[in-house]
Amino acid sequence: MRTLILFILLPLFTLKVTAQVKVYETFSEFEKDYLQAKDNDTTYIVNFWATWCVPCVKELPYFEELNIKYANNKVKICLVSLDFPESVESRLIPFMAKKNINNKVILLADSKTNDWIDKVDPSWSGSIPITLFLKGDQKTFYEKDYHNTAELEIDLLKLKNQ
Amino acid sequence: MRNLITIIILTIFTAGASNLNAQGGYKIGDTATDFNLKGTDGKMHSLAEIKDAKGYIVIFTCNHCPFSKMYEDRIIDLQKEYGNKGYQVIAINPNDPKANADDSYEKMIVRADEKGFNFWYLFDDGQKIFPQYGATKTPHAYLLDKNKVVKYIGAIDDNARDAKSVEEKFLENAINALDKGKKITPETTKAIGCSIKSI
Repeated sequence: MRTLILFILLPLFTLKVTAQVKVYETFSEFEKDYLQAKDNDTTYIVNFWATWCVPCVKELPYFEELNIKYANNKVKICLVSLDFPESVESRLIPFMAKKNINNKVILLADSKTNDWIDKVDPSWSGSIPITLFLKGDQKTFYEKDYHNTAELEIDLLKLKNQ
Repeated sequence: MRNLITIIILTIFTAGASNLNAQGGYKIGDTATDFNLKGTDGKMHSLAEIKDAKGYIVIFTCNHCPFSKMYEDRIIDLQKEYGNKGYQVIAINPNDPKANADDSYEKMIVRADEKGFNFWYLFDDGQKIFPQYGATKTPHAYLLDKNKVVKYIGAIDDNARDAKSVEEKFLENAINALDKGKKITPETTKAIGCSIKSI
């Protein structure tokens, strides 16, 4: 009987875990959801990162702090992981739990990077982290890592207050 | 008058500086610098040392970066294929080991030995060379012709994650075109990589 319960419960747990991170197989699908101009006055912060990228991991807490500070203030954060899709469950989700990441995390799996890097921003060299701020049809782009929450907030407010 | 000159000079300098920042390093057609860097074989190496070179395949790469690791076997294959045809691979680790201990010169020797690197694996000690090239990440490849003129900048191919799914071998196509005196397309490509670490 106990084994039976285990059999029923196990798949449930697995389902719950995978549901946390949406995997985008193509850039165009991701672009439609996150980079296209929106008809509202919310500012969207889109950060490209990966668990293996040391400076990316270092700045994640600042995005968490900003998320709390602007929770009711028309700011939405999305962390775009460039980890490998096959490591979502073995690496990415455990990492998010360990680091207490409450921001939304999605994974972009489109490996034809040369086809889409310029579409994110033509000045992007391809190194991570990068951060985009989007509001309406406006966009700012930063290829740099943040050293504290204030630095990040300054770049947010430059666009948000426009 | 003196003020005017100062303003003009300042403008030129500022424009130059911001330009360097925005563009960073070489563009296609620029002549690349030679260097004298220590390899994992314990010897100092420079491009000038390679006699009768038809070109040079300079790849900034390192130990710790997963993207660099995924390309190690492919870089070994490049040297196998082109090394004896006049195009040697020269790998340079541009990272400051203070930022990541895995990228120290000692660890480079270990990695070169483990993987059996058949090319020079050099250490950009003091980080003097990569800023001149304008490398921003690892891996970041530059193809130079025999006169050290930059002919191609960018990715090795179009699929880091899976060598079997590669559709376009950008760097190899560029070497083949250069060898035949044909036009290289594309001359520049982009890929995701690990940012080069400085302190």
